[in-house]
Amino acid sequence: MSILHQQRAFYGLLTLALLWSLGYGLVSHGAEGLAFAFFSSFTIAGALMCIWERSVVRSAFSLMATFMGVAGLFLLLGSDFLAMAQILIYVGGILALILFGVMLTPPDLEERSLARIAGAMVFVIGGSGLVWKHVTDATESLAVVPAEELAEMTSQDISVGMAFLHPEQYVVAFELAAFLLTVALVAAVYIARRRTADFEPEEAA
Amino acid sequence: MIQEQAQQALSHAVHPGSNVFVRILEWLPLPEWVPGWVITLGGVVIGMSIFLAVMSVLVMFCVWLERKVSGHIQCRTGPMYAGGWHGWAQSIADGVKLLLKEDTIPNEADRTLFWIAPAIVLGSIFGAMVAMPLSYDWWFGRMDLGVFAILALSSTTTIGVVMAGWASNSKWSLYGAMREAAQVVAYEIPLGLSLLAPLFVLGTFSLNEASAMQSGWFGMKWAIFTNPFLIPAFMIYWIAALAETKRAPFDLPEAESELVAGFMTEYSGIRWSFFFFEEYAAMLLMSVLAAFFWFGGFESPLTGALRASGVEETSLLFSVVCFGTVMIKGFVGIFLMMWMRWTLPRVRIDQVMTMGYKYLTPLALFCVLGAACWEALQHLIFS
Repeated sequence: MSILHQQRAFYGLLTLALLWSLGYGLVSHGAEGLAFAFFSSFTIAGALMCIWERSVVRSAFSLMATFMGVAGLFLLLGSDFLAMAQILIYVGGILALILFGVMLTPPDLEERSLARIAGAMVFVIGGSGLVWKHVTDATESLAVVPAEELAEMTSQDISVGMAFLHPEQYVVAFELAAFLLTVALVAAVYIARRRTADFEPEEAA
Repeated sequence: MIQEQAQQALSHAVHPGSNVFVRILEWLPLPEWVPGWVITLGGVVIGMSIFLAVMSVLVMFCVWLERKVSGHIQCRTGPMYAGGWHGWAQSIADGVKLLLKEDTIPNEADRTLFWIAPAIVLGSIFGAMVAMPLSYDWWFGRMDLGVFAILALSSTTTIGVVMAGWASNSKWSLYGAMREAAQVVAYEIPLGLSLLAPLFVLGTFSLNEASAMQSGWFGMKWAIFTNPFLIPAFMIYWIAALAETKRAPFDLPEAESELVAGFMTEYSGIRWSFFFFEEYAAMLLMSVLAAFFWFGGFESPLTGALRASGVEETSLLFSVVCFGTVMIKGFVGIFLMMWMRWTLPRVRIDQVMTMGYKYLTPLALFCVLGAACWEALQHLIFS
């Protein structure tokens, strides 16, 4: 199969799956189901496109769909703050940096090798199995927070701020993370700094 | 006490019947058998089209204003013929021309991304504008996190611009896209930090509440008059906002004299005009944000007088005055941006980076610290 046919088959299947999930969501849960199907299929389709595309830049752009979909899921859960933080940090900051880094790389247009696809499949299935096991274990042992309560906890800027800075809640973790980031920032500047020796003009022979 | 405030804010935020979408839903005479999601979706579509129309008119006015202002700054007259009076119809004529123009896509371009890029740019700026209230009573999406939402969604336009530059597959466009990515990442930090200073003073993320906080002193208790550290914070904000909206002297991503319009080189017709739409909408948004967090928002002596004479905040008169006040403040900001564009020369990319990282970021941090200390001192002295 040529690359064009592969692309068409992949995107055709993706569109069909997307339409099916939208229809299923609408029929089973009405407007809420439609919205959930929309955002979650956006997330998954973005992730699939990210590993499918041969050009690194297109992969990076498809990550935007994933980030936006996750933000939409947060919005559906009623936590505006998390949704906006997701967009601000991941789309506005991290994705822009990734793009800045990969924009000049050429696409990899070689034939897809079966061995690599098989290897990747093993990793994906194994990894998702592990995640699945952990998630089910965690949901069994922890009390599940109802959506309304979760929304109340995370939608308000004030309650999020209180949780971060309250001495009995997450203040230590918050400050530690801030400290770690500062150290990382200083280290990055140290590594990337201009070494004056490199830039001195060569002496005339 | 803070918890109580949070509860109050929450009850405030879900105040029903004021969102334009909801009003349309109430107004639509629909039979019983129509499912709920159709009504919701229909209300959203109608509300969004009203919003789109209002914003389009404002942007067209901005384009005309830009041409007149730039003309007069350069001792020209600007457009004079279309429509008769000072070329008022020039933007409409331009719009028709752009709609009829051939929409070309280069052969070597990445067609899908080339198509999607203007949509992302336009969609994210509209998403950001939805969080902007038009008066205390008129709003589209009143969020407690208004300023946060605006910053988040308007930073998404970067991705669209980078996408346009990369998909065009032209060296000028690619350079424009690289510059945009570097510039926006550099200036997002001082932009957010300088906004933190008034957020300290006003104590809210919500634009409505920020405006209400400044309603004292007969509508003149503007944040900038209450805390001296907000003056340098506003200057930093303004420089960073110019860089975020890609306006001269920070118009390096387009830089028509060196990059031939940069990321827009390969675009034509209506797709090209989407980028300009975004630029003017972002200018309006940034100016309005400055008005809300430094210059009183809806508040002016006029609203003070209305309050004193007992006019309700939810009445039509009050809403119109609020909308007019915030628009006048916004357009003063836009005029300032135009004035700077036609006065200052473009800075080099290394100067842009130096200014953003080495000067504006530490200065913004200093302003945040200073504003916080001033507030704490005030609290100690007056309470």
